[in-house]
Amino acid sequence: MKYLSEFRDPEAAKALHQQIKKAAAKLPGPVKIMEICGSHTVSIFRAGIKSLLPSNVTLVSGPGCPVCVTATEDMDRMIALSGMAVEKNITIATFGDMVRVPGSFTSLEKERAAGADVRITATPLDALRWAGENPDREVVFLGVGFETTSPTIAATVERAQRDNISNFTVYPAFKLLPPALAALLDSEDVALDAFICPGHVSVMLGADTYRPVAAKYGKPCVIAGFEPLDIMLGISVALGLLANKQHEVYNTYKRAVTDEGNRAAMDLLMKIFKPVDTPWRGLGYIPDSGLDFREEYSEFNAITRYGLTEVETGSDPPGCACGEVLRGVIDPPQCHLFGNECSPQSPMGSCMVSSEGSCAAWYRYSE
Amino acid sequence: MTDERILISHGSGGKKSQELTERTFLKYFTDPALLLMNDQAVINIDTKKIAISTDTYTIDPIFFPGGNIGSLSVHGTVNDISMSGATPIAMSAGFILEEGLMLSELERIAESMAVAAAEASVRIVTADTKVVARGSADRIFINTTGIGILSEKTNICGQGAKVGDRIILSGTIGDHGIAIASSREGIEFSTPVISDSASLNYLVQTLLEAVPEGVHVMRDPTRGGLATVLNEIASQSSVGILIREAKIPLKKAVIGACELFGYDPLYLANEGKMVALVREPDAEKALEAIKSHPLGRDAMIIGEVVDDHPSKVVLRTLMGGRRLVDRLTGDMLPRIC
Repeated sequence: MKYLSEFRDPEAAKALHQQIKKAAAKLPGPVKIMEICGSHTVSIFRAGIKSLLPSNVTLVSGPGCPVCVTATEDMDRMIALSGMAVEKNITIATFGDMVRVPGSFTSLEKERAAGADVRITATPLDALRWAGENPDREVVFLGVGFETTSPTIAATVERAQRDNISNFTVYPAFKLLPPALAALLDSEDVALDAFICPGHVSVMLGADTYRPVAAKYGKPCVIAGFEPLDIMLGISVALGLLANKQHEVYNTYKRAVTDEGNRAAMDLLMKIFKPVDTPWRGLGYIPDSGLDFREEYSEFNAITRYGLTEVETGSDPPGCACGEVLRGVIDPPQCHLFGNECSPQSPMGSCMVSSEGSCAAWYRYSE
Repeated sequence: MTDERILISHGSGGKKSQELTERTFLKYFTDPALLLMNDQAVINIDTKKIAISTDTYTIDPIFFPGGNIGSLSVHGTVNDISMSGATPIAMSAGFILEEGLMLSELERIAESMAVAAAEASVRIVTADTKVVARGSADRIFINTTGIGILSEKTNICGQGAKVGDRIILSGTIGDHGIAIASSREGIEFSTPVISDSASLNYLVQTLLEAVPEGVHVMRDPTRGGLATVLNEIASQSSVGILIREAKIPLKKAVIGACELFGYDPLYLANEGKMVALVREPDAEKALEAIKSHPLGRDAMIIGEVVDDHPSKVVLRTLMGGRRLVDRLTGDMLPRIC
């Protein structure tokens, strides 16, 4: 419980606010810092941190919300699967936010209202349990997420094989963070000065992951926790590094993140899956940024079991600027659809659906 | 349009519910009392001012820490009537029972309704029962209608907020939402969270006796939580509302559970709390009156009505920043009331 009071202490916040203002005053010009992770985005908005920043410091949200970066073609295939659900006795198990993401034609939420068995769960182990309890049904888990969530899903697949549960499969739409970060920095229209690196993903990957990025691109990378004070500290450190022209990795979340990360989890992940080129919403294909089943586990691949590569897929809704938003090129209100055609109650783009999406956060929390 | 269906999020009490109401029901139901969109309607019968409300209870699980669907249906009905400043007099109860419901469970529910009604001095004067085939309902749904009487002068409604009004919250928020979520998920906390389900009519009476003319709006933050009712009031009265995070009472266990489940307590349901908007000169006296009642002892003044940002609710955060408090969109929790 101490985390919940000490890391939200108003007095400490005042001190950090002063530090941020002091560090910002030393900067030669305006800076843009990207918080990569969707949970950071939400925390920043909920704590009103943007309203505390000096005018020369801008925070932009990055591609770190797993729902937001799921490509429309993957969404379309998942939804097509739900369309087969009744006929083929399929139960679809998914993290909650996926249900409302629109595909090109419909959404899982609408398919559920039309009769598909779509169930929300917080853990893939629930899905495996349902499969074990209902041998006459096929349970498909929609596998989205970064290095934080994917090892749990890998562990579930391993258990399914061990327990011989053959009516359980996973739709692999996982994403790997480091290749995306590199792709982001390689793209011409992205101008970022520093990163607030995710807390949970870094627990898995380790702080060392960011060292090549910091060195190659000369951008400070500050790993931060999720409490409001963690984030303010992260911003303050990033501004300090920028003011001193230091381009290093700085770990302010040492209570959870080590240099080497969780090797056991990462090894398990790579035992079940292998890196593949994968499409990201709005970012296109990024080399080796996704995961596919290794040969020994391919029987658990929902895409091949249900022939989902044959499914007709559409494209992103016209005018949707999720891609630019995810790369931090524009702020959500600069998208023409924002607040008009696209809002959390009738979202067009995935960034408006997920509670961690930056469009939804802007819409919900921004005055 | 024609192939659209009802989605779970249409029942969240947030924007999607509002959209459904506006697009479908308000097209056909156009009575001026209904169009005020308060939790109850106030109508005149001869010389009497009557408050009338209806609500339907579909909560899952039907038994939860701190109550059950029966006691909840009485508390909810009493509170809807009380929020207009009326004295609740009588209520009806309609039961939709699913084939297979245990009779012993039904009896426990009926008994707790009788107890709750007696505690609130409200008569259950008429009832109805329907049984539907297994799968056509989830064990038991209860619909109620409540009626109450208002004094001639009382005019408390969502349209009444004035700039300068102080916003009093009668106690901690989120207890009911977390009690339900944790019992549904089978998660126990070291300090168990009990639903706050309770009848507020005597608390309201205490308040109105202390400041008979001072109360402009009362609302119970049930489904959709504090954020939703404040947004409703801001838009009904076309005023801005500013609240302070540091002043909002929260149990430690609720804060912890919100972290675990990923909920924002501002959107969690309450079944025994009220928000009162009181004119500034009466605010301290009103707060004292509320605090003098056992159901209001944790009450706080959490903010005020401002002439800035009309129809919007803004939160001054613990960190010293500001942010918008929007209505709930979509569905945060399964059925909670």
